[in-house]
Amino acid sequence: MAHEHKLEIFRGLWKFKSNIQKIWGVLAFLTFITLIEVGLGIYKPEMFMHTWMTPFEGGFLATLGNIFFSPLIYMKPLNFIFIVLTIVKAYYITWDFMHMRDETKALRRMVVWTGVFLICYLVFILLQEAGYIEGVYTNGYIKRDF
Amino acid sequence: MNTTVATTGTEGKTWGGGTDPLKASYGKMMMWFFIVSDALTFSAFLAAYGFSRFKFIDSWPIADEVFTHVPFFHGNYPMIYVAFMTFVLIMSSVTMVLAVDAGHHMNQKKVTWYMFLTVIGGLIFVGSQAWEWNTFIKGEYGAVKTKGGNILQFGEYVNEDGEQKFKRVAIADFAKAAHGDRVQHESKNGLWYETEGALPEYTIDEVYNGLAAHENVLIRNQIINDEGEKTVLTRAESLKQLKANGTLVVHGANLKVNEYGSPLFADFFFFITGFHGFHVFSGVVINIIIFFNVIIGTYERRKNYEMVEKVGLYWHFVDLVWVFVFTFFYLV
Repeated sequence: MAHEHKLEIFRGLWKFKSNIQKIWGVLAFLTFITLIEVGLGIYKPEMFMHTWMTPFEGGFLATLGNIFFSPLIYMKPLNFIFIVLTIVKAYYITWDFMHMRDETKALRRMVVWTGVFLICYLVFILLQEAGYIEGVYTNGYIKRDF
Repeated sequence: MNTTVATTGTEGKTWGGGTDPLKASYGKMMMWFFIVSDALTFSAFLAAYGFSRFKFIDSWPIADEVFTHVPFFHGNYPMIYVAFMTFVLIMSSVTMVLAVDAGHHMNQKKVTWYMFLTVIGGLIFVGSQAWEWNTFIKGEYGAVKTKGGNILQFGEYVNEDGEQKFKRVAIADFAKAAHGDRVQHESKNGLWYETEGALPEYTIDEVYNGLAAHENVLIRNQIINDEGEKTVLTRAESLKQLKANGTLVVHGANLKVNEYGSPLFADFFFFITGFHGFHVFSGVVINIIIFFNVIIGTYERRKNYEMVEKVGLYWHFVDLVWVFVFTFFYLV
């Protein structure tokens, strides 16, 4: 059985001579990202602890802007960085360890897009509703503390 | 009658049969489909976790303060052990993919060796998780639950490098044990149709007397302030709240109470890491089966090691899920 592997990552910036070398290279990269995550998680640099943008005020365009920039407006930059790094890690685990890089484009899309769309939908619904309930708890007349 | 045999003229084309659609074998493709559906299950769990967390966004426990233990070491090391667990799992993913690669080269010895290492990695991970559960269930400082179901924790300000820092104090270190006249109600010594669980180590009165006697101990509630820290009450307020609202001394975490904060945090912790741990466990079992199959030469006779590749996919998926659990439970 012939097994062709694509031996480059980062769009060809890092090329490997053999599949085994590529595996170790990807491990080094994943370890590096995990170390960054743990470092940030322990030290929590002050600059990442407060949001960088405040919500836009005004009409329709402001609302659109708030939706468009929502990760920066409603999320601490630190958490945003964590989520981005996680997705980067997930990409390299799937693409190189699970050999998604070597599958056909159709199989790749079938697996990835199905997941991405359904998960986005799920996350949106749940977080949206939880935000609403939090509002009821905070602004309503429900006695919470003590 | 040749005409009854249909020749469609599509033989060898993608949908004519005899070829693998998407150039993937049946088994591998089904494994991919299973992984997609399992990924949806896990993302539903994590989204539900997000739901509960958003609901109580201003009083959710801070993971850094909960998971601070490392086996065989005393002290405060947030994240370190989970980072180690993450690394173990990624490492076992690497040995798995090396096993797959050795399988492509039909190298039975190497596949055996790498499968063995993968199983060991998986066992270390499951063991670590068991240890983490144990530590979490046992708890550390203890806390008091209020009538409203909130958690009051204790601590004092100490000077550390010229900085005032709030350090937690264990209930056992300041509570004044009194002669309790309250004994556990069992069916044999009271109402025969009723029984109750073990009594907490201290009663609220004992904790209150201890607090009153220790001038510097303060209460911290769960509300997160602007600095991202839990609110510390004043001395007078501490005494007042404990007296008026304390109902139960809590030590550790279970499905009903959680000394670290919202019980939902413990519920989701047990549920999600438990479900993931179960995946790792079944992965280890499957890996062991494949390991023995490799040893007895099943795949040598079959002349391909695709089975290793298929369990490999599953094993990497377990790693993939952990990457997300790690982020959303411990980091974010």
